[in-house]
Amino acid sequence: MSTALAETSEKLLALSRRAESLYDDLDLKAVTEWKSRGKNRRAIGFLPIYVPREIIHAAGALPVGLMGGADRVEIVRGDSYFQSYICHLPRSVIELAVGGRMDACDGFLFPSICDVIRNLSGMFKMLLPGKYVHYVDLPQNFDTALGGRFYISELKLMARDIGNLTGVEVTDDRLRASLAAYNENRVALRRLLHARRDRPWEVPTLDYYLLLRAGYMLPVEEHTAMVNEYVELAAQAGRPRMDNIRVAVRGAFCEQPPLGLLRTLERAGCYVVDDDFVLGSRFIEQDLDVHGDPWDALAQGFMHHSLPAASKYDQRRTKHADFVKRVRDYRADGVIFMAPSFCDPALLEQPMLQKALEDADIPFTAFKYSEDTGQFQVIREQAGTFADALKLWGNA
Amino acid sequence: MKGATAEKDASMQKQKEMIANHFSELARVKETRKKVVYTFVPGNLTELINHFGMLPVLPEINALQSGMRGKSAEYISIAEKAGHSEDVCTYVKTDIGMLRAGNIGPTGEPLPKPDLLLLSYTGCFTFLKWFELLREEYDCPVVMLHVPYQGDGEITQEMREYVSNQIRDVVIPEFERVSGVRYDHDRMKEQLKLSVRAEDDLVWVLNSARARPSPIDAWFGGVYYIGPMFTSFRGTQDAVDYYTMLREEVQDRLDQKLGPVTPDGPMREEKYRLVIEGPPNWTSFREFWRMFADEGAVIVASSYTKVGGLYDRGFRHNPDDPLGTMADYCMGCYTNLNFPQRTALLEGYINDFSADGFLINSVKSCNSFSAGQLLILRELEKRTGRPGGFIESDLVDPRYFSAANIKNRLESYFQMIEARRKGATS
Repeated sequence: MSTALAETSEKLLALSRRAESLYDDLDLKAVTEWKSRGKNRRAIGFLPIYVPREIIHAAGALPVGLMGGADRVEIVRGDSYFQSYICHLPRSVIELAVGGRMDACDGFLFPSICDVIRNLSGMFKMLLPGKYVHYVDLPQNFDTALGGRFYISELKLMARDIGNLTGVEVTDDRLRASLAAYNENRVALRRLLHARRDRPWEVPTLDYYLLLRAGYMLPVEEHTAMVNEYVELAAQAGRPRMDNIRVAVRGAFCEQPPLGLLRTLERAGCYVVDDDFVLGSRFIEQDLDVHGDPWDALAQGFMHHSLPAASKYDQRRTKHADFVKRVRDYRADGVIFMAPSFCDPALLEQPMLQKALEDADIPFTAFKYSEDTGQFQVIREQAGTFADALKLWGNA
Repeated sequence: MKGATAEKDASMQKQKEMIANHFSELARVKETRKKVVYTFVPGNLTELINHFGMLPVLPEINALQSGMRGKSAEYISIAEKAGHSEDVCTYVKTDIGMLRAGNIGPTGEPLPKPDLLLLSYTGCFTFLKWFELLREEYDCPVVMLHVPYQGDGEITQEMREYVSNQIRDVVIPEFERVSGVRYDHDRMKEQLKLSVRAEDDLVWVLNSARARPSPIDAWFGGVYYIGPMFTSFRGTQDAVDYYTMLREEVQDRLDQKLGPVTPDGPMREEKYRLVIEGPPNWTSFREFWRMFADEGAVIVASSYTKVGGLYDRGFRHNPDDPLGTMADYCMGCYTNLNFPQRTALLEGYINDFSADGFLINSVKSCNSFSAGQLLILRELEKRTGRPGGFIESDLVDPRYFSAANIKNRLESYFQMIEARRKGATS
C-alpha cells in the first residue's frame, strides 16, 4: 500500500472511530461538553423518526437524536414499564432516562410515529416533571391550507417553547440561517448516499451508518464537515470491490439494528445501497428555500419533499410505484425487510411493499430483529442464502 | 354447568334488533343504492354519515363480533398465512382474514364493499395502516381526517380549527360527492339534538354505578350500553329510545337495590367494586365476565367505555356548532388523551365510584392502550393507596387468553383486597 493510500485509510479510520465514539456515548458526554462551551446552552433530545431540527438550531439549542441503547445497555428498570409485546426501543430509552443518562437534555420531542412513541411522551411528562416534553404532531393531511397551516402552528409553538429555554427568539432570519445550515448538511448526505449507491465498496455500511448517527450528536456544521471529509477520503481509499449483491433495506426507521447486524449483512455478501436507517437525518430530500417565508419552507419540505415512511399517510397512493422506482433507481438486486419485533408501522407496511415487489418481480427476504439482538448466525445464513440465490439465479 | 344462554334485558333485545336492522340494510344496498362508509369507532362521525343517508361499517366491530362468534382464530390464521406478522394488531388481521373469507357479517350475509373509507384515526396509528391495507382490496376513495393528539393535555384553537376545517373542506364535500346528498346545516342541528338526549341518558346510566350495590357493570355490561352510542346510531331516534329504555331498567334495579345482570342472571352480592383500564377480551367474553361475577366483583367504571367519548366528564355535542363540536368530539376520546390525563381520569373514577381497587387488562393487540400501562398502575397505587392488579389477554386472538392464568391472578388480587380490608379493620 502506498503512503498516500495508507494515510487516507488512517484518516478514514479516525473518522469512523470518532463517529463510533459518538455512537457509544450513551451518557451524552459530548452534549454536556458542547453545553459547557457557552452560556445558557440547551440540548433538546428527540425520538425517531423526524423532527424539524432547524427549529431547535434556530433557537440556539443542540438537537440530540435519542435512538435507544442498542445492545449496550442492560435493561433493568425499562422492562418494568413495558409488557413483553412492546418493542425494545422504549425500554432502553426509559432505562437511560430514569437512570439519569439523558440529563444533558433540557427537553424532549416525541414525533407522531406510532402509539408507543406517543405514549412514551406522556410517560416522560410523568417521570421527568421538570423537563420540557412535547409531542410533535406531524400533519397527515398534506393540503397546505389544512395540514400545512396546522403544522406551521406546531412549528411556531415549538420555536416559542425552545426559545424560552435558551432565551433566543426564533426570528425569520435565524430560521433561514438554520435552513441554510441544514441544506448544506443535506447536500453532504446526498453525496454520501450517492457515493454508496454508485460505489458501495467505498462506503461500508457500518461507516455509513455511524456517520448518520454522528449527525444526531454533533452540531450540524461539524457533522457536514465530517461527512464531506469522509466522502472525499473514501473516493481515494482504493477499497476493494467484493462480489456482493446490492440490496435495499426497509423497516429499520425507528428502533435501530445493532452494529453487529450491519456487519453481518455485509459479511453475508450484501452491499446495502439504500435503506431507511436513521431516516430522520435525511427525511427531507431536497434543499429548502432560504429566501421566502422559512416556516412555509419547512412545512412544504415535510409535506411535499419528504421520504415515504410507514408512519406517514400515503395520500397520493403512490407507495407501490415509488418504492419500486426507488429500488430500481438504486439498482438494488433485491430487498431485505428487517423490522424490529413488535413494530406495528413497519410490520403492517411490509405486506404492501412485498406485494409491490412481487408485482415488479423483485426478490426479497424478511426477518425481524431487536436493538439488542446478539445472535446473528441465523440472519447471516438467511442473508447469505439470499445473496447466493441472486448471484446464481438473479441478475446480480 | 352454568348458563348455556345468557339472560338479556329488554334494552339488550332492542339493541339486538337495531343491529340486526342495520346489517339487514347493509345487505340490501344493491336494491336501496345506499352508500357504505367504512370508518373507525373512536371519534367517528356517525351523525355526518347518517346525514348523507350512508351506512357506516366499523371494522373493529366486525373484528370483535368475529371474536365473539369464535371466528377470529380462523381469520387471523388466514391473514398470517398471507404474510401479516404475528406481532401486529389482531383486529386488523381478523378483518383482513374475514375479508379474504368472503366478508360475511354477523347475520350470515356478506357485507357490502365500501363506497368510501373514512380514515378518522383518533388515538390509534394502526388505523392508518389498516385502511392503507383495506384500500388495496377496494377500489374506492379514501378520506383522511387527521385528528391531532392531546399531547400537551389540551385541545388548542389551532387543533380545533384544523379538524373542523378538514370536516368542512374535505369530508363533507367528499360525502356530498359520493352520496349525491347536500349538507343541510339545520338538519344536522336536529340530529345533534338527538345525540345530546341519548348522551344525557348514557351518562346517567354510567353514573348509576356510584350507588351501592351498583346496578350496572360498567365494563362487561358497559360494552353493550355504549354500543348504540359509539357505533351507527348516535343522532337517531332509535338511540334515544334505546337509552330511555335502558335508563328505566337501571332505575328499576336501583330502586330494588339490585346488582347488574350478568351472564347468569342478577349478581347476588357485590363484594368488590373495581375500576378497570383497557379493552376486554372478546373471544372468551362470558367466561371472562363470570370470573368476576362469581367472585362478586363488579366494574363500576372503565376507560374502555370512553373510547367513543368522555360524556361522563361533561362533553356533549353542541347542536349550535356542528363542525366545531364534531372536532371536539374527535379529539376528546379516551385514546386521544395523553398519559397524565388518562391517569388522572382513572384516579378520579377510583375515588368517585368508591372503588376497592383497579385492574388493568393489558391487551397484546393495542399499543395505544397498552404501551406504558405499568406506569399508570404504579402511579394509581401511589395516588390512591388502593391495590392495583394486572392481567394480560388479547382482543380477538384466543391464543392469548389463558383462562387459568387470568383466574389465578384475579383470585390472588381479590385476596389482596380482602387482606387490605382485614388490615384496615384490625
